[in-house]
Amino acid sequence: MKLINKFSLVLSLAATVVFVSCDKDDNEDNFDTSGTYSQNDQMARPAINTVFVGSARKNEFNTTIPSAMNAAFNAQFQSVLTGFGYTTNALGMDKATFAGVLVTDVLNVKTTGTTTFFDGTNVLTGRALADDVIDTELLLIFGGPTGASNPGLTKDNVNANDKAFSTTFPYLANPF
Amino acid sequence: MKKKVLLFAAIAITLTGAIIIAADHIDAPAVTGPGNTSPGTDITDVYAFQSPSDNTKMVFVLNSQGLLSPTASATASFPSNVMYEINIDNTGDNMEDLVFQALVQNGKLRVYGPVAPTVKGTTSTVLTSGPVTETTVTAYGGTANVGTNTNGTKVFAGPRDDPFFFDLARFKEILAGTQSGFRTTGVDFFAGTNVMSVVVEVPKSMLGTAATLNVWAETKSK
Repeated sequence: MKLINKFSLVLSLAATVVFVSCDKDDNEDNFDTSGTYSQNDQMARPAINTVFVGSARKNEFNTTIPSAMNAAFNAQFQSVLTGFGYTTNALGMDKATFAGVLVTDVLNVKTTGTTTFFDGTNVLTGRALADDVIDTELLLIFGGPTGASNPGLTKDNVNANDKAFSTTFPYLANPF
Repeated sequence: MKKKVLLFAAIAITLTGAIIIAADHIDAPAVTGPGNTSPGTDITDVYAFQSPSDNTKMVFVLNSQGLLSPTASATASFPSNVMYEINIDNTGDNMEDLVFQALVQNGKLRVYGPVAPTVKGTTSTVLTSGPVTETTVTAYGGTANVGTNTNGTKVFAGPRDDPFFFDLARFKEILAGTQSGFRTTGVDFFAGTNVMSVVVEVPKSMLGTAATLNVWAETKSK
């Protein structure tokens, strides 16, 4: 019994060694993990940098960490909202509050339940592939307190992707 | 091919003038403009959602290099000097507590993490102390290669259809003052174009116990 166990242990060890060394040959030795990487771009919510940050500061926004964004960019976000004629939105946010939410560019993601940018019920609990994020942002920026203001500006009437998503990993559609 | 991509980008920039607005496609000169020093670093979109196939898992998508034509997609690649990093804050301070770091070298994708970063902020080193999941980068037109880890993680890298949709052309006309509103049937500016995607699926149990995560993506290069 002991012998057999020992034998199978040796066998499995040998198998592990072979497996690991194959792995090493294929990848480990060829994979360069050295060096320091410096930030080029940052993004979470769609269109935030592009809409709210003027061309002079776009690079700066991309290399600002989220925890520092409010201090650096809140005033600029408020002035863009002023330019859009913003007063309040369907979530009842005044200009300073809305700017404060937008300026820290992170996706809030719930760890249980529905994850969506907005599905009619859940708001900012994630971002799923099929979410019409642009309509959500247009509605919150231009829709006023009831969502009924500026009806020509609150939806772009492109409501879905041009390819269906998959139900299995990696979920995104094959390329064109 | 690279020339073609650059030409396309140049045309797009010329056409759109000073106002360039998309999800985050072509958002800043340092990552897209002519003469930029770090091609492949422009993030187009970030997604974070509960796995459609397993509600105990979370999926993160980092798309880059937007508006790739099919021709450009066939030769597009992930630069080997770029780190694609997904940052996760599970304490509510908008500082990363866990990261995934994706690297592509010699046609292989390696995703390190989730792992707690030793240094937070705008610079990173590769964190090799945590889990590693790898696969071969999926070729244009090929079947998707999925890397799996015994801890339940799955990874993918390769060209995909851009999942973003928006009547960008009309929006630019509205901003320019030549139109007063969207058309009744919009035209998807991103129809027929591809992006370079990195997709990671991971058990939620590996992301901590917070009810809400704050998630963002970064590209970093060396």
